[in-house]
Amino acid sequence: MTDTAQRPHDPIVRAVDDWQTDFDHAHPSYNENIYEIWDDLRETCPVAHSDRYGGVWLPVRHADISAIAYDTEHFSSEVVVVSNAPRNDNVESQAPVGGAPPITSDPPFHHDARRVLLPAFSPKVIDQWEPEIRRLCRELLDKIGDAPTFDAAIEYAQHIPVNVIARMIGLPLEDSDYFRETVHLVLEAVGAEFGARKDGFQKLDAYLSKHVQDHIDNPRDDLIGFLLNAKIYDQPLSPSHVTGTIVLLLVAGIDTTWSAIGSAIWHLAGHADDRHRLVADPSLMPMAIEEFLRAYAPVTMARMVIKDTEINGCPVKRLDAVLLPFPAANRDPEVFDDADEVHIDRQVNRHAAFGLGIHRCLGSNLARLELRVAVEEFLARFPDFELADADAVTWSLGQVRGPRKLPVRIVQRG
Amino acid sequence: MRVRVIAEKCQGHNRCFALAPELFDVDDLGNAHAIGDGVVPAHLVEKAKLAVANCPEFAITYTETM
Repeated sequence: MTDTAQRPHDPIVRAVDDWQTDFDHAHPSYNENIYEIWDDLRETCPVAHSDRYGGVWLPVRHADISAIAYDTEHFSSEVVVVSNAPRNDNVESQAPVGGAPPITSDPPFHHDARRVLLPAFSPKVIDQWEPEIRRLCRELLDKIGDAPTFDAAIEYAQHIPVNVIARMIGLPLEDSDYFRETVHLVLEAVGAEFGARKDGFQKLDAYLSKHVQDHIDNPRDDLIGFLLNAKIYDQPLSPSHVTGTIVLLLVAGIDTTWSAIGSAIWHLAGHADDRHRLVADPSLMPMAIEEFLRAYAPVTMARMVIKDTEINGCPVKRLDAVLLPFPAANRDPEVFDDADEVHIDRQVNRHAAFGLGIHRCLGSNLARLELRVAVEEFLARFPDFELADADAVTWSLGQVRGPRKLPVRIVQRG
Repeated sequence: MRVRVIAEKCQGHNRCFALAPELFDVDDLGNAHAIGDGVVPAHLVEKAKLAVANCPEFAITYTETM
């Protein structure tokens, strides 16, 4: 977020004394200390639990996280964000569609809803956006100009994905502040009483319905137009399917990549050797991008238990929420050599930054493209830079982790 | 050496196509398959191994024999 002012729906955050039994994934100290917390849990309590949020589990080992991701029989995607929203006890009747298909959908509907969207996000379609993304990055860097210090999260990273996804979806670019507010509402304000967030969700619904209607009246060649023309089981998508999917694309398309770009710049600001290697040998970039995605994967997903089962011997009950921290899986020393070290030329890298199994991030090709182009252009303009004030760096709250304030000082211009 | 993508395991992460486009292609949905019969020429063996080692779903198999 661009400011730290308390919003009406922001919760009062209760301190966490014990991350094994009382963790809070939206407490500021969680994302600030995430790797230490996960390392500690991996050694002492690999499936942590908290009574907050109506009961939630936190497995941190790759083996457990991947097993849950592949097990759609016991774990539903009805809940992908763990918040104080009431859980739907009637999940069989509403799922497998969920509120934002296909991310909230389960098989068999999931497969068909996802298939509708896949062609729009395939590598060959997404690659065509590269010149546009590069132009946007250069424009942002031009605006930064000769400033000796600036905020790389606020003035650079946060603008890139929101501009791209708004254009792809067919929503006005001038509403980008509102989109970031929406992301805050959906992903960061999860500890608030649900009633306090309801107005925000209703406003979002009204906003999207207005734009969908405008696309019905004035058809356009964008993703809203694509969804309005799409068919599932030979029928047009229902209005709630269309708006739910737009919410998914908007929320998932903004915060995640903004966080990934910010974390990559944060890493480079603190590691002169990696900066210099990448400037000297740009052919390392694709490998480096994958390593940034592994080491600083932004997204933790979630599931809801729909059939009693166990996680690594730990019994879990129907309606329990389960966080799926793919970024913790990416740092599991049982799977990755030197898991807590960043090697920008890592050769073996089966990271799970975009999830595992049937819910693999639909936008992964777009996210990778934006991340690579954003880092390439940043390094081309500023071959050398450093953190201006390490203590001033702040991190997002909740399941998407990335720097929200990132003051950098330019050492050398390209 | 011959590579093969197990269709039921591939989720479209697109790592193989990005790392070794000489050996893999993706369809309109973004799912991968080996090009042709999957036989890897000697000069592409390293690329093939890299593709295998970067598939998050363990969806690529390779056999040393032709």
